[in-house]
Amino acid sequence: MSIAATFEIEYLQYLDPEGKPVRKDFPEFTRDLDHMVELYKLMVSTRVFDTKSIALQRTGKLGTYASCLGHEAAHVGIGSAMRREDVLAPSYREYGAQLYRGVQPREVYLYWGGDERGNDFQNAPKHDFAWSVPIGTQCLHAAGAALAFKIRGEQRVAVCTIGDGGSSKGDFYGAINIAGAQNLPLVAVIVNNQWAISVPRRIQTGAKTLAQKGLAAGLFAIQVDGNDIIAVRKAMDDALARARSGQGGTVIEAVTYRLGDHTTADDARRYRSEAEVKEAWTRDPVKRLRAWLESKKAWDAKKEEAWKAECEAWMDEEVNAYLKTRAQPVEAMFDYLYAELPADLAQQREQAIALERGH
Amino acid sequence: MSATRRITYREAVREALREALLRDPRVFLMGEDVGRYGGAYACSSGLLAEFGEERIRDTPLSESAFVGAGIGAAIGGMRPIVEVMTINFSLLALDQIVNNAATLRHMSGGQIAVPVVIRMATGAGRQLAAQHSHSLECWYAHVPGIRAVAPATIADARGMLWTALQEPNPVVIFEHATLYSDEGEVPAGGEFAVDIDRAAIRRAGADLSLITYGGSLKKALAAAETLAGERIDCEVIDLRTLRPLDEETLLASVRRTHRALIVDEGWRSGSLAGEIAARIAEQAFFDLDAPVRRVCSAEVPIPYPRHLEEAATPQVDTIVAAARGLMRR
Repeated sequence: MSIAATFEIEYLQYLDPEGKPVRKDFPEFTRDLDHMVELYKLMVSTRVFDTKSIALQRTGKLGTYASCLGHEAAHVGIGSAMRREDVLAPSYREYGAQLYRGVQPREVYLYWGGDERGNDFQNAPKHDFAWSVPIGTQCLHAAGAALAFKIRGEQRVAVCTIGDGGSSKGDFYGAINIAGAQNLPLVAVIVNNQWAISVPRRIQTGAKTLAQKGLAAGLFAIQVDGNDIIAVRKAMDDALARARSGQGGTVIEAVTYRLGDHTTADDARRYRSEAEVKEAWTRDPVKRLRAWLESKKAWDAKKEEAWKAECEAWMDEEVNAYLKTRAQPVEAMFDYLYAELPADLAQQREQAIALERGH
Repeated sequence: MSATRRITYREAVREALREALLRDPRVFLMGEDVGRYGGAYACSSGLLAEFGEERIRDTPLSESAFVGAGIGAAIGGMRPIVEVMTINFSLLALDQIVNNAATLRHMSGGQIAVPVVIRMATGAGRQLAAQHSHSLECWYAHVPGIRAVAPATIADARGMLWTALQEPNPVVIFEHATLYSDEGEVPAGGEFAVDIDRAAIRRAGADLSLITYGGSLKKALAAAETLAGERIDCEVIDLRTLRPLDEETLLASVRRTHRALIVDEGWRSGSLAGEIAARIAEQAFFDLDAPVRRVCSAEVPIPYPRHLEEAATPQVDTIVAAARGLMRR
């Protein structure tokens, strides 16, 4: 017998669920405790933001919203590793990554409130992509952006994120395959939160890991503890460095858990047990980093309280700004369709305005 | 008159699924979230417990994959019912439906039949935004080799599935997303199956033929009520089958009323409404007392905010206004 190829998938973890180190070789960036505190603070503010969003939805002030509860380490880990010139192509719940890149909570509220002006980021890079509600299409767009970087000789990387369910889609495979075939600077992060609405991970694929799909495409592949921000960040740093220097793309599988419903239109109690969710809470990414920071004397209960109060005030400000935004006039539905509206549609636009006035 | 009972559209779909699973061992249901979740619109809730994982199959998240597998299972002697969560996601399976299901009989010189039934929710009106509110039924109605049906009533939701399963060709069933909670009458027992060849006259009238289908039927009927108060007597026709069109019923109605107003939630350019208008112009031109009119959706991505979504899609008052215009009142 001869072997054509052999592979293995590394699993990366630095902190156990209690925040205790499971290995000694911590990455360089963890020595900068101020930076680690910054990451933690953003994880906390992301969670405060998320709680506020759900409250807004429950009180009828926001449309359907996709919660990021439990994904904070994965998302902040992704966002914090990227450079501003890189491109982020998210799906629809990676707020931790987006807030790090400068997206304002009010913009997220606007978007989920049904106003696409929320995607017109004021502080975040304009070259970042809009939320992608269709599943997986953003991966191909990211591969295309990576192709553009390569053609222009820019040292930039396109990062796309997708869920465990999305990794079953042809678009995902197409994206990583072209990245492998053409050596594109693409980092595809599968945020495996175990549930695609009601469909559990085991039904998505017979493969042992989702990371190994990257091997089939000729990319680097690694599985990380997605609730350990140090592991996520290290894998991202390595992947971005490789991609930036022309050594190829990476698939990172960040293993986490969707602690909330799929969206506010979902009720996960219909298909998964409370015991399972309770068990998942023991692996809470926020609690984990906090425990580690406290062990380093970099954080304490007083700081926690102060920061949470600051976050609350910040979110209140954001909510007010969102709620004060005026609804779009009827003609807005025509105004972002073409650069210049064709004559027949201009006529429909006038009719819509006339109908509106008639009421 | 035979006895009836009231159920919701959702219950009608569920009963039809259950009946099919009980009556034909070749029938199974597959799609995203059809099992534990009971379907995005709760049409299959309870069926997993009753029929088990072999016949109520949650699939990987890939429309092309599970529609393609459904086609394969149909060719292989089964009678799969494939639920695509919504028409919006069916775009991922268009190659399988249009390039495979619709053509395989032809490409195989008649060797291969594809008796698959593909169900999907369609339409706007639930504030689901541009990417989840499409009304693309006419794309499917455009394709030879497919039968496309749109149950607009509870009885049709209950009865069309079994008829579709008897069809040796691929059938696509469009369930308008705003209908699921509506209530209506179905027979109390006995045979539920309905014919899927003919359009139905839902309201007889003499002045104007209001031609529509799916989610727009109830709006058209409400408009007809308003118009009746203005002594405009509308005949409301429910197409039921979008391909092949029941031209005979449409034309006979227009020849009686001499006026036609078509209500279609699709975009006007290249719409089913356009096709119907063309057939009326081709075959009943000299019977018309006025040009054919259409009420369609504004040609924009369907907006999310309610006020804009309503402004973009056919509404009772826009239908009434168009009918008045047609009667020159």
